[in-house]
Amino acid sequence: MNNIDVQHINKSYGGVSALRDISLEIKPGELFGLIGPDGAGKTSLFRILTTLLLADSGSATVCGLDVTRDYKEIRHCVGYMPGRFSLYQDLTVEENLKFFATVFNTTIKENYGLIRDIYVQIEPFKNRRAGKLSGGMKQKLALSCALIHRPEVLFLDEPTTGVDPVSRVEFWNMLDRLKNEGITILVSTPYMDEASRCDRIALMRSGECLSVNTPEGIRSTYTRPLYAVHGSFMYKLLIDLRSYPDTYSCYAFGDSHHLALKDGKNDIVGLEKFIREKGYTDVTLELIRPSIEDCFMAL
Amino acid sequence: MNVIDVTNLTKSFGSFTAVDHISFNVGEGELFGFLGANGAGKTTAMRMLCGLSAPTSGEARVAGFDVYKETEKIKQHIGYMSQKFSLYGDLKVWENIRLYGGIYGLSGKKLKEKTDELLHVLDLEGERNTLVDSLPLGWKQKLAFSVAIIHDPRIVFLDEPTGGVDPVTRRQFWELIYQAAERGITVFVTTHYMDEAEYCNRVSIMVDGKIEALDSPAALKASFNTDNMNDVFHALARKAKRGE
Repeated sequence: MNNIDVQHINKSYGGVSALRDISLEIKPGELFGLIGPDGAGKTSLFRILTTLLLADSGSATVCGLDVTRDYKEIRHCVGYMPGRFSLYQDLTVEENLKFFATVFNTTIKENYGLIRDIYVQIEPFKNRRAGKLSGGMKQKLALSCALIHRPEVLFLDEPTTGVDPVSRVEFWNMLDRLKNEGITILVSTPYMDEASRCDRIALMRSGECLSVNTPEGIRSTYTRPLYAVHGSFMYKLLIDLRSYPDTYSCYAFGDSHHLALKDGKNDIVGLEKFIREKGYTDVTLELIRPSIEDCFMAL
Repeated sequence: MNVIDVTNLTKSFGSFTAVDHISFNVGEGELFGFLGANGAGKTTAMRMLCGLSAPTSGEARVAGFDVYKETEKIKQHIGYMSQKFSLYGDLKVWENIRLYGGIYGLSGKKLKEKTDELLHVLDLEGERNTLVDSLPLGWKQKLAFSVAIIHDPRIVFLDEPTGGVDPVTRRQFWELIYQAAERGITVFVTTHYMDEAEYCNRVSIMVDGKIEALDSPAALKASFNTDNMNDVFHALARKAKRGE
């Protein structure tokens, strides 16, 4: 049985379509990622699954419960960390945690084992008001509060947005530990490099689900020859590579450009000749495997 | 010639030293990446350079003006774009351009020319009368950048300009940055995307209020014996003692 089951969900705001025919099936214990930029529809989907928003059509169940009919029961078995900090700013760290434990009819003591690793990092500040915490500490408190009733399913809406790369890695390590506790996790992120930390991902854009697969599965569906091209005068090189007749696309990727050639075109000798004729002498070409970001951009 | 000159710049809040004796300079037309973990002191440093916050000690000149005494002059010669884009969503595209152009001292024929040129370059001529709120995020971002440099400033400060946008738009935005740098505008940018650090001429990495490394991406990677900026950042930022 699936822990989250979404069938043909649609949602519009006025004339603007936020979700179009979304279907997803997420198994118990899975760490599932919704990957996509702002405006992809990630937050709308979270709000529907956490029973805070009604879909226009389609159906969804969480822990086998219907999001419309059984909304009260669902609220007991899910934890939700919204994208915007939503704890009580004028309560202290400890008061917030106690409050959420009480609301869910439990105590901090009962489920402390689940949050210990996260909570010990903010425990030295337990008498500080939540509004006075730094971004990283707020994030840890919000996660602790979302977990205090030991939910079956955890919803995390962009927990790492605006967070520096080191803290992002630490956060994903925490999610791995929660996954080992058997908690099903649905997490969204605009950072493509985080996709590989998930069991499966859905690539989303403008309310549509473009592809659902394992990260490896998505990478293996990419068919075009892809080269990392490196040299000096990178900006000029980018413009020149785009003018090559066999080029499908060319984008900057850190210290190299990723050049995708049209399907069936893989004339490396011709490409090298083109680059030479443009006057470059120090350009290197390397055939590479696509990243999730390459795949997303090709969709 | 340097557009930014910073010597031992320091900012303390009570007993907490947010920015701790940083020194660096940024040359004319340079694309300078200002990196650091959350809480390292980037925003505080940037606010001092923009003339928004007085330093506790040290010296800095931005576009030739002193950060203690000539903050109004600094504000006239810089552009600034925040994460939030700071456009007015309930004003039309042309009204936003007119507002920012006016604030930066453009008027009459010059402002009209600039407006037409900007709409043409951004391919937004058809959206002149559209409310900014109804534009896609990527367009807003390009518009915000263009109004931040509408007065041809010596330098533009970009504070995490690409958060949340899709990968294609993020790259198109960097092409606008390249074009501005080619026009001689110095670009000072913060980002959490390490691939974007690679696009900069030089990069500094702040840890606990201090600049721990400053060099070209290639030189930084060589000295940390790695092929990517992510490793460089992790090696330095992991040492951070303080949270945000």
